[in-house]
Amino acid sequence: MSDDDKKFGTLSRRGFLKASIATAAAAAAPTILIRNAHAFVNEPKGATVTLGFNVPQTGPYADEGADELRAFKLAVKHLNGEGNGGMLNTMKPLSLKGNGILGKKVVYVTGDTQTKSDAARASAKRMIEKDGALMISGGSSSGVAIAVQSLCQEAGVIFMAGLTHSNDTTGKDKRKHGFRHFFNAYMSGQALAPVLAEEYGTDRRAYHLTADYTWGWTQEESIKNATEALGWKTVATVRTPLGAGDFSQYITPVLNSGADVLILNHYGKDMVNSLIQAVQFGLRDKMVNGKKFEIMVPLFSRLMAQGAGDAIKGILGSTNWNWSLTDEGSQAFVKSFGAEYGFPPSQAAHTCYVQTLLYANACEMAGTFNPCGVIEALEGFKFDGMGNGPTEYRAADHQCFKNVLVVRGNQNPTSQFDLLEVVKEVPRSQVAYDPKIFGGELGSCNA
Amino acid sequence: MEAILLQILNGLDKGTAYALIALGLTLVFGTLGVVNFAHGALFMMGAFVAVGVQNLLTISARVRDTSITFFDAYKETPYLELWWGDVGRTIIDYAVPISVIVAIPVMLLVGLAMERGLIRHFYKRDHADQILVTFGLAIVLQEIVKGFFGANPIPVNAPQVVATSVDIGSLFGLEGITYPWWRLIYLGFSLAVIGGVFAFLHFTTFGMVVRAGMHDREMVGLLGINIQNRFTIVFGLAAVVAGLAGTMYTPILSPDYHMGMEFLVLSFVVVVVGGMGSLPGAVAAGFLLGILQSFFSMNEIKAYLPGIDQIIVYLVAVIILLVRPKGLLGKD
Repeated sequence: MSDDDKKFGTLSRRGFLKASIATAAAAAAPTILIRNAHAFVNEPKGATVTLGFNVPQTGPYADEGADELRAFKLAVKHLNGEGNGGMLNTMKPLSLKGNGILGKKVVYVTGDTQTKSDAARASAKRMIEKDGALMISGGSSSGVAIAVQSLCQEAGVIFMAGLTHSNDTTGKDKRKHGFRHFFNAYMSGQALAPVLAEEYGTDRRAYHLTADYTWGWTQEESIKNATEALGWKTVATVRTPLGAGDFSQYITPVLNSGADVLILNHYGKDMVNSLIQAVQFGLRDKMVNGKKFEIMVPLFSRLMAQGAGDAIKGILGSTNWNWSLTDEGSQAFVKSFGAEYGFPPSQAAHTCYVQTLLYANACEMAGTFNPCGVIEALEGFKFDGMGNGPTEYRAADHQCFKNVLVVRGNQNPTSQFDLLEVVKEVPRSQVAYDPKIFGGELGSCNA
Repeated sequence: MEAILLQILNGLDKGTAYALIALGLTLVFGTLGVVNFAHGALFMMGAFVAVGVQNLLTISARVRDTSITFFDAYKETPYLELWWGDVGRTIIDYAVPISVIVAIPVMLLVGLAMERGLIRHFYKRDHADQILVTFGLAIVLQEIVKGFFGANPIPVNAPQVVATSVDIGSLFGLEGITYPWWRLIYLGFSLAVIGGVFAFLHFTTFGMVVRAGMHDREMVGLLGINIQNRFTIVFGLAAVVAGLAGTMYTPILSPDYHMGMEFLVLSFVVVVVGGMGSLPGAVAAGFLLGILQSFFSMNEIKAYLPGIDQIIVYLVAVIILLVRPKGLLGKD
């Protein structure tokens, strides 16, 4: 053995021990720092931050998706300091500075959900893995929202839900990475109940036609519970296939069922068709049990109301937001959107716009894009000036609590957009609930 | 009893819609040997003829709502109403019957253009190619309609006088059975169209040649008859039948660009169950499946067999094809 070899051998042994200790120390001490500073999916490295807008661009909700996309584009414009600022002028508290998010310019990519869970997951995955999207938002169906929310949890990015009304989204299927600004079926039931008692009385017999998927089931359950608490009786709950088109075989049994109220737990095209056909069958002209027969649509959308034409006039329902609200936040948004596109935004556009600003604001509050920091900033965040009065993102289930609108199809519209008349703005205290009633676990941050 | 009567009516109504579309499908298959997946799009285009006519009749003067300053909101009053008062209102009210008259030449032209422009190039190709190209055409037509009219359903009303329901129970000594006027009209109209097509094929020389061509195309050609021209007209006729079915269906189902696809699948099942190329088979299968679908949607049946209403059509199709592989009235 040469001297060099001996030296090398001696140093190696000592070196090995020293190196081991040093490595262990180095590995132990800065781990938290490293995890905070880096090591999350799609951390923005350059001068831009990419958001992914996943909306139905084809399929039956393509018009609603197009409106969501308009709202997202407007939000990006306002975040980057362009245009008149919209709700950045009214949101309180506000950490955004109009210079993008954390000084990075906001850019976006889009995906097409096709209102199909598989397609929505595929497009969200593509935006996360190929386009580097740090946050996914949008959608017009609860089935899609739940599927994409779960994907975002696995991928370690934030999901800011678009239009989703099922209790499950922030109930049994809630996730740590998912947040919903839109109201839910339980809130619809609680908001509508007092108005129903006032307008139709407490002695009614209800017949439910329900779209056979997660949203329909939870809405049926919520409305049934709310109306039975009033003293109403439920005659039957009948599930109808999604996209049935002709509902005659489900409507005719209502005629001689003894029911005096038909509750349509349908949305979109199903709502348009079932409502029009129920009216054609003369249900609204009938007297049953000595009372005028009534039809109710618990979840309203102005875009869909257009499709129902005259049939929607006088029908009661609930909605998350309407462009006719006069608070300063709503006015600022309607003004910006109207100036940009020439018509008022839908409730789907409103929720998507607000969700984008809320996400961006949370990043600014947290001082990081790290989803764990953003989640912490959003949980329990209380804000105002966004169109629904004082609002809170409840930490326990990531559901926003705010006022809910009870609306009626306008009998005498003054314009082509004046389709919904606000009957009552129900305070959020009346629609609040214990998060435990819907079960589910948020889980932990996955970043 | 009341429930059964109502479900029979529902089934007949549904059945006529299926039968009308299936009739055109099977006519085209029987004459040209083409599997036309764009046939549902013809149904949809017929519905949009009604939308187009309604839009034309309601071209309006706009009065701005000055209380709204962020965008242009206005109340519309149709010019016809402004110029002619009640007469104008009545014309607008009858948009769907007017559309039926308009739909005949429009759909005939669409059908002829489709056959001459595209379909004829695929006569000698196999069925897979025909399906691909016609399905592609259906998507193109859908997207064109979506581009013009959007994706949301568009309401089209039946004339006021028949927009409500009628007490038909009194005819049978039963109480409380009401049924929409327009659905009864649709049923009668469809039966008349189906009868008309059969009469045309059975009682005219043209129809006789077409039937002979369906039976033995080569022999008819050898007799010096240009059967191809007649088959082209038959394609146009099939387009008119599908279009009229769509036009008349608009008060029942608000038209949207995708409505044809929804009917196409069921109509193919009807054609297959009835027997490919069999006209009476298509009609019989349309009624059969329509009535079965209605009956199996009854709460009394669904209580024992949940979800049966969603699969009954396909279940029956499987059983019939197992027992009679050529369909109900198909020939070997």
